[in-house]
Amino acid sequence: MFATRNAIKVAARSFSTATPLRSKVAVLGAAGGIGQSLSLLLKANSRVTELGLYDIVNTPGVAADVGHVNTLSNVAGYTAKDQDGLKKTLEGAELVVIPAGVPRKPGMTRDDLFNTNAGIVRDLAQACADVCPQAKLLIISNPVNSTVPIATEVFKNAGVYDPKKIFGVTSLDLVRASRFIGDKLGKIVDVPVVGGHAGITIIPLFSQVEGLELTKEERDALTHRVQFGGDEVVKAKDGLGSATLSMAFAGARFADSLLRANAGEEVLEWSFVRNDLFKDEGLEYFSTYVKLDKDGVKEVLPLPESISEYEKELVKAAIPELLKTQKKGVSFVNGN
Amino acid sequence: MVSVAILGAAGGIGQPLSLLLKLNTNVTKLNLYDIVNVPGVAKDVSHVATNSEVTSYLGPAQLAAAVTDIDLAIIPAGVPRKPGMTRDDLFKINASIVKGLVEAIAENSPKAFIGIISNPVNSTVPIAAEVLKAKGVYDPKRLFGVTTLDVVRASRFVRDIRPEIDSAGLRVPVVGGHSGNTIVPLLSLASTKVDLSQKEVEELTHRIQFGGDEVVQAKDGAGSATLSMAYAGSRFADSIIRALNGETVVEPTFIPLEADAEGAKEIRALGAGDLEFFAVPVELGREGTKRIVPLGSVTEFESAAIKVAAEALASNIATGVNFVKSSSA
Repeated sequence: MFATRNAIKVAARSFSTATPLRSKVAVLGAAGGIGQSLSLLLKANSRVTELGLYDIVNTPGVAADVGHVNTLSNVAGYTAKDQDGLKKTLEGAELVVIPAGVPRKPGMTRDDLFNTNAGIVRDLAQACADVCPQAKLLIISNPVNSTVPIATEVFKNAGVYDPKKIFGVTSLDLVRASRFIGDKLGKIVDVPVVGGHAGITIIPLFSQVEGLELTKEERDALTHRVQFGGDEVVKAKDGLGSATLSMAFAGARFADSLLRANAGEEVLEWSFVRNDLFKDEGLEYFSTYVKLDKDGVKEVLPLPESISEYEKELVKAAIPELLKTQKKGVSFVNGN
Repeated sequence: MVSVAILGAAGGIGQPLSLLLKLNTNVTKLNLYDIVNVPGVAKDVSHVATNSEVTSYLGPAQLAAAVTDIDLAIIPAGVPRKPGMTRDDLFKINASIVKGLVEAIAENSPKAFIGIISNPVNSTVPIAAEVLKAKGVYDPKRLFGVTTLDVVRASRFVRDIRPEIDSAGLRVPVVGGHSGNTIVPLLSLASTKVDLSQKEVEELTHRIQFGGDEVVQAKDGAGSATLSMAYAGSRFADSIIRALNGETVVEPTFIPLEADAEGAKEIRALGAGDLEFFAVPVELGREGTKRIVPLGSVTEFESAAIKVAAEALASNIATGVNFVKSSSA
């Protein structure tokens, strides 16, 4: 049913050097907490031919470091001080991954980051629209529920919008869901997670996991844990930030899905993308099952009919929240 | 079924290294230890969807627990270089750190394999050896200085001047030590024949020897290699883990030569002389170092470089040994 996911193998020996298509990937925010480890994982991915790293500071150091890893890709690092640095980072990019921005502190929601990160994403999206409008955008910067609409409006205004190419990265919710039921199930399997990427908009579909039997209490607890998994890490880091390492893993995994699709593989993923599943409610974005191909989104799939009543309620509750954050993002760009 | 402890898990190397080892499906238990911040790092890494259990150990009071029932300890703990510093400048701080950590391993998991990343490796590995000897648990087959990054750099830098070469597949033996001119890449023995002019050999050799400085410079005060070191450290750990699982694995590493006294004769004759420690290609097995892999013949240039390395190493090793001897006096 689902395409089997292979965990990214970072040990040098497991690389196949016979992979066909190779691609340039740009990372915007490459010197940050997520960006650094993400850059390393992308450097280790044999499907990446070239890596462009951009941040406001420190990127040359990160590039020199990561550049010593003995895989085929070449790495270049630029900062705002470099003339045309952002342009050079983006030129020829197949994928642009955007972790740039500030992370949460304890007690903050992802929406609390809006004021700082909205402008960052808008400006970076503008550069992408100018330099590499054909590239797929993988947006990690929170709040994803708003930054995806922001990037979209920027692309629309620039006349280069392609709904198949802008993705809100929700992979970490998928990773957490798999992990949190791992002990119960005795193995790691894919768990579909749909909706959005904040609190109650995160909807794990445990009903779709074969062989998983949960009591009502377990289901509620696990759902809550997946929804607030990010808060768990923010709290544990006690002011020092939010998930960086697990986010880097999740981001690299989603980038790899796109690269594999680019190379002709049939890939099923879950991502926060433009679709009409809840058009009647006015919703333009919803994370759902997405088939990928070399152009990005090949097909958006509706939620399975077999989802539980509980999950249907979660979807209902998520919609007004998603509408709010969508409008906030759109208004930020268009001022209305 | 392998338990790994990372000592210094919240640092610049430790964090990405923890992530990479969490991704290693042969690891069943990951113990993350540091003096600050490690609960957050552990919680972060624990969300990665692989089967290993991640546990956080914070501060000296929890060190013993961190290193109990482990198969492998990897030690990146310590401070990194700033521009202008040599690895020896780190010595005073990192020497005490490594001594304390190895003491705990000796007391709690005396049979654990120990992989030391903390610089200066040329001295911290001898420190570890002296500590293990003093505790009566020394096994030269289970102690390693991680020199993998030099090997990674060697193949990468060759590719920089010969882009047609598949650097991920290229193996260049690197012998000697882990700093400046103690690093001796044996380009003539590369797994794929590479045609290099003498000038290219010299430039490559120099670049490999000072690859670390390249990154320290580029980071401009913000540290030394962390990501590439994590990558190399993870590769080294993976070799040990596969060996523990019964595979025969070859990994270049800085070891006590008595781990294979017979096999060491070749490198001793090539210039290592009576040195107690030297980096060589090692075949690993369930008990650790099984044997030193024979090199064959080296060029005159390489032979001279080995001798220069040996001389510098002698002094680095003595520094490490004396540190332990004088602190227990």
